Amino acid sequence: MSFDLEQATVLLQNEFPQDILDIKEYRNETTLLIKKDQIHRFCKHLKDNLDFTFLADLTAVDYLEVKLPRYEVVYHIHRFGPDCEENIRIRLKAELTDDNPKIDSVASIWSSADWLEREVYDMFGIEFTGHPDLRRILMPEDYGPFPLRKDFDVRNREASKESFEKALEDGRD
Amino acid sequence: MGVNADPLVGGEGFLTTTIEAFANWGRKNSLWPMPFGTACCAIEMMGVFASRYDLSRFGAEVARFSPRQADLMIVSGTITYKMASVCRRIYDQMPEPKWVIAMGSCTCGGGPFDSYAVVQGIDEFLPVDVYVGGCPPRPEALIDAVMKIQKKIEMKGAPVV
Repeated sequence: MSFDLEQATVLLQNEFPQDILDIKEYRNETTLLIKKDQIHRFCKHLKDNLDFTFLADLTAVDYLEVKLPRYEVVYHIHRFGPDCEENIRIRLKAELTDDNPKIDSVASIWSSADWLEREVYDMFGIEFTGHPDLRRILMPEDYGPFPLRKDFDVRNREASKESFEKALEDGRD
Repeated sequence: MGVNADPLVGGEGFLTTTIEAFANWGRKNSLWPMPFGTACCAIEMMGVFASRYDLSRFGAEVARFSPRQADLMIVSGTITYKMASVCRRIYDQMPEPKWVIAMGSCTCGGGPFDSYAVVQGIDEFLPVDVYVGGCPPRPEALIDAVMKIQKKIEMKGAPVV
């Protein structure tokens, strides 16, 4: 199938008229705001039918005291087309509320999402339902807080010290 | 130490010394470093080991990647709390006597990383003998640190086991 970014957006709008909440275009970048419970179905369609084979990045933003809902999960998805015009990248966003920061995992669609979702979980405490192995990836496994949340003091080393001291004790068994 | 070359006393010549002084003389001239490189300072440390700066001139070029065979730990690079327990365990595995160099601003005091993950100076959990500031320190500065360790061994020594 042959299409550029503009045509891809139209194709998606026709396929998901109810689920795309907003479309933003800025400097040839297209950002779609997706209903959070439709993210898995939407991504599956992108990969299976529109050939977006590469999940380039998956991250999140905490908009505490800036806007509601508090969190946004961001997906950068790439399609390797046969020429420059069809070599396109699309950005998806899904909003999550503070009281229920959960979204469906896309690790079954792109396996690169596995560790990316673990990192988002580690830093923001956002849970990905259906993830094969949702553990912390950067911080120690017994670490408590989620460091990239805006209400976490970035200089607070107490939890790190606790994990460190526990690791020392465990190592001396 | 006294040197005697009198043929009536010792033939070809001999010297008198104490076991401590002799052992420390050997220790200071054959330091075997355990390189604990976690960041960019480690690149500079490799430069010190390599031919241009050539730490082997000071008898300390035999970098041992096993703590059991090392007596000088060069901690070069940012140490996070997750890495700190590993660092401490490797230090504990080194046989006595042993010395530690903290190389670079990060190991000395956290450097620019005043954050939740980074140890603000490895002396929180290790007994450091020599601190080397800089980001990264020049190779000459690390060589100076090794020479300070040598001086420390010579002056204060270590107990003969």
